Amino acid sequence: MSHEQCRYLLGSLSEYIDGKLDESICQEIEQHMAGCENCRVVIDTLRKTVSLYHEEALHTQTPEDVRQRLYKRLKLEDFLLSKKP
Amino acid sequence: MGKAEEITLSIQALRSGDRAEYARLVDAYYQLVYRLALKMLGNPQDAEDILQETFIKVFRNIDKFDGRSSLSTWIYRIATNEALMFLRKKHPELVSIDQPTETEEGEQEPLQIVDWCCLPESELMSAEAKAHLDEAVMRLPLRLRAVFVLRDIQGLSTRESSEVLDISEMAVKTRLSRARLRLREELSDYFGDRLGERKSLL
Ligand SMILES: [Zn+2]
Repeated sequence: MSHEQCRYLLGSLSEYIDGKLDESICQEIEQHMAGCENCRVVIDTLRKTVSLYHEEALHTQTPEDVRQRLYKRLKLEDFLLSKKP
Repeated sequence: MGKAEEITLSIQALRSGDRAEYARLVDAYYQLVYRLALKMLGNPQDAEDILQETFIKVFRNIDKFDGRSSLSTWIYRIATNEALMFLRKKHPELVSIDQPTETEEGEQEPLQIVDWCCLPESELMSAEAKAHLDEAVMRLPLRLRAVFVLRDIQGLSTRESSEVLDISEMAVKTRLSRARLRLREELSDYFGDRLGERKSLL
């Protein structure tokens, strides 16, 4: 496989892992990947990179004291009590 | 994932200053706004300021919400602009989001070719790894960072992100691709070392 092709496909990999590409280009990438270990690794680690950020985002919560100060700043503190923590 | 369920809020009630309705709005969106600010700015104190300023602006400008975009897109736009304004004030040297300086932000050629996907979850999601993930985002140029945070951290669609940032969908895709490739590079650097450490233990 030529390195030229790796470079040519590089700009499509992000959409590829989102499953947003046309069948024909997906096939092109998959065919290339079958013979190019480098691109296989790049695609797998790119996919993993995105999924780690997705996962990390789910764990990012607003601290309770930040929420309370927000409600106070907005003069909505009377609605704080009625909410679950 | 990160997206709020589009809850039904009465714009009418918000416009007339209904405090209970405002409280419902804040409850529905504060998590999203805080996370956006935190990931854009990388600092909890600054993120809190942006969180507060965003809702103050939302309340103040609700009359100007014309319903052409969804309420959540509109709130995202205010929050994103607040974060960008803050960053530009703090770091005037940072490139503007609209400035087309694609040259310095071309596609990152993959340099790190190491398959670290097999690392255990405990290693991939350790506190140290998470801190590293956040730092890597902070090293992205602003225009890439904003797109990455909206798409991959907040879970907005390409179209929604383009509305929030007022750029084309094509620009969203290009910037997202560049951001992801850069982050892949950074994470490969970091996790590649972790992989090396494990292997040397065997
Ligand atoms: Zn290749």
